[in-house]
Amino acid sequence: MRLILYISLTLLVSCGSYEKPVDTSLESKILLIGNGTEPQDLDPHIVTGVPESKILMALLEGLVIRHPEGRSPMPGVAESWSISSDGLTYTFTLRKNAKWSNGDIVDAHDFVYSWKRVLTPSLGSQYPDMLYDIKNAELYNKGLISSFDDVGVKALSDFSLEVTLANPAPYFIELLTHYTTRPVHQETIEKYGNIDSVGTKWTRPGNFVGNGPFTLEAWQLNRVIEVKKSDSYWDKSAVKLNGIKFYPIDNVTREDLMYRSGQLHITGSIPQEKIDSYKTLYPDELKIFPYYGTYYYRINVNKPPLDEEKVRDALSLSLDRKEIVEKVAKGGQEPAFSFTPPDKNGYYPRSTLDYDPQKAKSILNDLGYSDKNPFPKIELLYNTSEGHQKIAQAIQQMWKTNLGIDIELTNTDWKVYLSRQQIGDYSISRAGWIGDYPDPKTFLDMMVTGRGNNQTGWSNIEYDNLLKKAANATNQYDRFEYFNQAEKILMDEKPIIPIYTYTRMYMLHPDVKGWNSNLLDTRPYQNIELTRE
Amino acid sequence: MISLIFRRFLAALPVLLIVVTITFFMVHSAPGGPFDADKAVSKEVLEQLNERYNLNEPVWKQYFIYLSNVVQGDFGPSFRYPSRSVTELILTGLPITFELALYSIIFAVFLGVSAGLISGLKPNTSYDYIPMTIAMAGICIPSIILGPSLSLIFGITLQWVPVSGWGDIPGDKILPVITLGTAYAAYCARLTRGGMLEILNQDFIRTARAKGLSETRVVLVHALRGGLTPVVAFLGPAMAGLLAGSFVVETVFGIPGLGRFYVEAAFNRDYTMILGTTIFFSSLIILFNLLADVIASALNPKLR
Repeated sequence: MRLILYISLTLLVSCGSYEKPVDTSLESKILLIGNGTEPQDLDPHIVTGVPESKILMALLEGLVIRHPEGRSPMPGVAESWSISSDGLTYTFTLRKNAKWSNGDIVDAHDFVYSWKRVLTPSLGSQYPDMLYDIKNAELYNKGLISSFDDVGVKALSDFSLEVTLANPAPYFIELLTHYTTRPVHQETIEKYGNIDSVGTKWTRPGNFVGNGPFTLEAWQLNRVIEVKKSDSYWDKSAVKLNGIKFYPIDNVTREDLMYRSGQLHITGSIPQEKIDSYKTLYPDELKIFPYYGTYYYRINVNKPPLDEEKVRDALSLSLDRKEIVEKVAKGGQEPAFSFTPPDKNGYYPRSTLDYDPQKAKSILNDLGYSDKNPFPKIELLYNTSEGHQKIAQAIQQMWKTNLGIDIELTNTDWKVYLSRQQIGDYSISRAGWIGDYPDPKTFLDMMVTGRGNNQTGWSNIEYDNLLKKAANATNQYDRFEYFNQAEKILMDEKPIIPIYTYTRMYMLHPDVKGWNSNLLDTRPYQNIELTRE
Repeated sequence: MISLIFRRFLAALPVLLIVVTITFFMVHSAPGGPFDADKAVSKEVLEQLNERYNLNEPVWKQYFIYLSNVVQGDFGPSFRYPSRSVTELILTGLPITFELALYSIIFAVFLGVSAGLISGLKPNTSYDYIPMTIAMAGICIPSIILGPSLSLIFGITLQWVPVSGWGDIPGDKILPVITLGTAYAAYCARLTRGGMLEILNQDFIRTARAKGLSETRVVLVHALRGGLTPVVAFLGPAMAGLLAGSFVVETVFGIPGLGRFYVEAAFNRDYTMILGTTIFFSSLIILFNLLADVIASALNPKLR
């Protein structure tokens, strides 16, 4: 018995003083990031998720780099670029000292090869539309033309890349910050398969050849992905960290515990119920920033009585968005009155959505709904999550009080939720969209007739035409004007009802310096430092 | 004994086939497919993906393709992790889950048998009531409550041990093992107590005492062997339960084991992964039950 007591005491005492990873990191300069779910893969042309994008930011570099504060992109592999006066031809001059991690030079041919790979139909990349602004890219991707020579990407020399667009796309440089447009090392791809092979071993540590500021050191499934400072990176003097550990943590409670016990520098999110208390407990570590995304409700316009525009109007009029963000969401979100969030690049949607429950009620009365002819019960679909549920309940209550409408809440698992929306088996469903790049197109394009993510059955020719006009506009002022007109149509007809503009919420350890916030919540890891005052 | 093992092995094959068949058709009939995503995939891409994974074939044909692959030991690639095969994922997670289960069972047996012995030797005293009350609580508290509570107390407030990981920071294995092992320790305690009470009333124990053997010898040499039979019989299913049921603990403590893959596969509609892990766990459960029977019959001549 005494022996047992002795052993247990020794055990407890020995673990009583374990060193916190954030403390040892000060010395080792290793950043510890909570990174959401386990990455599907690390192939930039295959993956689609946010966790993957954070890791690829360290491993691969495109022609341009996202600005840490969200301003216009900075030169990456491209030292400089020029744009023709019609906005259709981009000529990139590549820097001569950009290297792959095996020492090879990164040249223009790498980009031609990589973009060809993205657009190769048999690869089945899920983000080929990132390159659809390039001349003939969509046709090649859909198998309608077979020669890549007809696609508007040419290597004029080893260090000069010419890109011809199908239409002026002032956001094209922004698109190039997306991981889909980053280069892959041809020899490595072909060592493990062909240009269209998926899931080969080239993305494993030891095989991965990248051109980013870090190299892939270790990948332990569901445990950690480690990257280490690259010796061959052209701007390695700007890289202050020796490495980064990305922890796949899909459980927000565990992430919170890990942060509080000193196992993480940065979390991916915060448990919703803790936001209030953290505002007072950790005011300097809790970060809440505007995010380029909209939380909205999709409406199936083919389902009576929601096919009636006035009904959708009444539903929107009876929503008190201010109350939803202040009393329910509570994460500093802003009420949304347009599909596209207002952003700093200069696009401010003019549309408004009023809160006028009386008007809403009288609309329903005019349509003939009364106690004798009650409004039919409608279903509100959302994917299982406490946050979505709280909002759905608040809205259910508002519609009940303001309009006397009964709403049935249905929550399903993620895949069921997605499939029901795709086949139109819903009346109202919760939805959210985060912009891929800072431009209204990333939102408004979605509602064009027949687009995969429209999913409301809504179609408006005038709207489609406005977006076509915007695509061909040569200056930003005209483009934004067309977008604004399109936005107005969308908000008048309401196949979607915006609720709020997202915020990003996370915890940031005070040792981390240079971690800026920006609208898309992505940033390069150069210039991030670990120091303690 | 050998014929017992052989018979059980033969009986296992149809069981596995039934499990595979039911699982296969259930996962394929579940709404939502592996490639449904937030950003809707274009028709062309979806066709490519379906072709790559034979999903364009009729379901019955997919079933036979799958069966013939499995018979050859090929569980196919994971849909969710395109660069990993199901076998690779199972082999990555298994050692960790196994290690967790093993430590938990050692913890459970050590703690449970000690507590059960104390209770069983002094029935209906406070030596009996206190451990048994704690054991009852241990059975009742689910690990999803116990895990975060232990993390909060020992990880955050006292800062004694890390709250996440497996073999990354010294001491990070302590809380998961306690969390997973507690309920099993409680069962072991109750089984040991019951077993001891029954054995201690038997004639051969009275004989041993009458011979003038020391109490320690009576308990440890004579009584314990018979008293532990129920515990041993429990260990097989317990080990299987620990292996297949460690999902909650793995999620709470971020342990990269097999349980997490198993449950996540269902949410991701990762058909091959669901099937692969189901076959694997079914085989495991059959195997451990068989082992428990073999050990129990070796310990207790009455069962032979």
